[in-house]
Amino acid sequence: MNAPASEPFLWKRPHLLGLEDLSSAELLAILDTARALKEVSTRSIKKVPALRGKVVVNLFFEDSTRTRTSFRLAAQRMSADVIDFSVSTSSVSKGETLSDTARNLEAMGVDAIVIRHRSSGAPHALARMVRCSVINAGDGSHEHPTQGLLDLFTIRETFEPRGKTFSDLHVAIVGDVAHSRVARSNLWALVHLGAKVTLVGPTTLCPDEFARFGVKVSHSLDDVLPAVDVLNILRVQFERIASAAFPSIREYSRFFGLDESRLRRCRPTVLVLHPGPMNRGLEITTAVADGPRSAILQQVSNGLAVRMAVLYLCIGAGSFNAATAPYLEKRLSLSDDEARGPQ
Amino acid sequence: MQCVLAADDVRQIISDLADQILVAPDIAATAPGRLALVGIRRRGEVLAQRVGTILRERTHTDVNVGAIDITMYRDDVMGARPMTIPMGTLMNFRIDDRPVVLFDDVLHTGRSVRAALDSLVDFGRPRFIRLAVLIDRDGREYPIRADFFGRQMTVAPDSRICVHLAPTDPHDAVYLDPHPDTGPRGVCR
Repeated sequence: MNAPASEPFLWKRPHLLGLEDLSSAELLAILDTARALKEVSTRSIKKVPALRGKVVVNLFFEDSTRTRTSFRLAAQRMSADVIDFSVSTSSVSKGETLSDTARNLEAMGVDAIVIRHRSSGAPHALARMVRCSVINAGDGSHEHPTQGLLDLFTIRETFEPRGKTFSDLHVAIVGDVAHSRVARSNLWALVHLGAKVTLVGPTTLCPDEFARFGVKVSHSLDDVLPAVDVLNILRVQFERIASAAFPSIREYSRFFGLDESRLRRCRPTVLVLHPGPMNRGLEITTAVADGPRSAILQQVSNGLAVRMAVLYLCIGAGSFNAATAPYLEKRLSLSDDEARGPQ
Repeated sequence: MQCVLAADDVRQIISDLADQILVAPDIAATAPGRLALVGIRRRGEVLAQRVGTILRERTHTDVNVGAIDITMYRDDVMGARPMTIPMGTLMNFRIDDRPVVLFDDVLHTGRSVRAALDSLVDFGRPRFIRLAVLIDRDGREYPIRADFFGRQMTVAPDSRICVHLAPTDPHDAVYLDPHPDTGPRGVCR
């Protein structure tokens, strides 16, 4: 008499550099882990010992409030020690390269580097230089994987009780798609999970070329509103827009801002997301942002669970020698230019 | 893989476990509705639910049943292996000053129970904790013993006992695998 076989999913990646390369099984594994860990934050003792003795470094080369704090708290909830590395008060301000900074941190025995950098690809370069886990907390306009994951988590948490999976959902990503790493991470993950995705924005911020990634592109928010289950409203990133992408703030708001009258034209169950920080009155009005369809603060709470999950999976897998060995070999064969990495 | 206990045997053992718990003096002295059962996910959770159903029928009082995931409390969580995905803890009641019976399918090294005890005390301070297992096998590495058990077994050190319980599994059974694959812990292949 034979018992049926049972094969649980196993996570093997030591790094989280983006969502583009992840399979749907890996994406769901992170979301499942986050769901299991969300409960920890509801206990009177909001801590589990899983990462006791591990050290996580927050290496942020760009400003951040939510992501940095969320990663710090997530590491602490998992019992890891956290070093908050501030660029302005470090040797980076004296001209130290990214690779030298990272290798010095690694020499102190850190287990994971959480990096935010203005250059796309910086986390990937770092992962080739160091043996520890590298987690991308946002690189240029390339990817912001944990934001993408927390958006997915919030969507799943909202629609799963109604019997809907990602393949049943239509998600609109609205606004400054061209400069948004959040949009890219969302796009990859949603496409991998079978959701229908429409990118919406003015032609200057939402080029038609995005259609080759298996999504629709629209330049009219009003046309899209009645058909979607989720509206993910992006921040207009004035700091990344080099030239005038739209004639005026007022015009952008008139055509692409989400206000109550537009919300009334959506399905009554529509879910409104925004990665923050918000330009209130520009891409979203206060009434919508703080209204009943908005899950913006829920996103922040879910971000904590998602980052706990990512740290747990990557640091644990990072101690798996067979997985880290190839990265060490690559590091030793890097040329000086490669080792210096993007700054 | 050899079947050592069939469905009828397992059902009888679960019924006997419920009897043992009911007549235990410290639990019999507990006020109605105060007893809480907590199972270690996954088969321990099923065992706790099934014992809970029997206790409700026999005592006509409610019995809280919770489930704990010990993944984050294991002493091998950061070992040299890929990471398993946790299932999460479901404890929608307080355990402060209440008698708690902790359930697992097999008591072997005692490490899972150690992890479960650490996890439980993060939820409160129970009046006392007792341990109930379906199979109490040899090979203890920690000073832990079962207060209630279904069967005691002595088997070869590298063999594995796999418990199947409905409704998680198609039917109740206990298997002995003398040559288990060196797969992920706790997984019956």
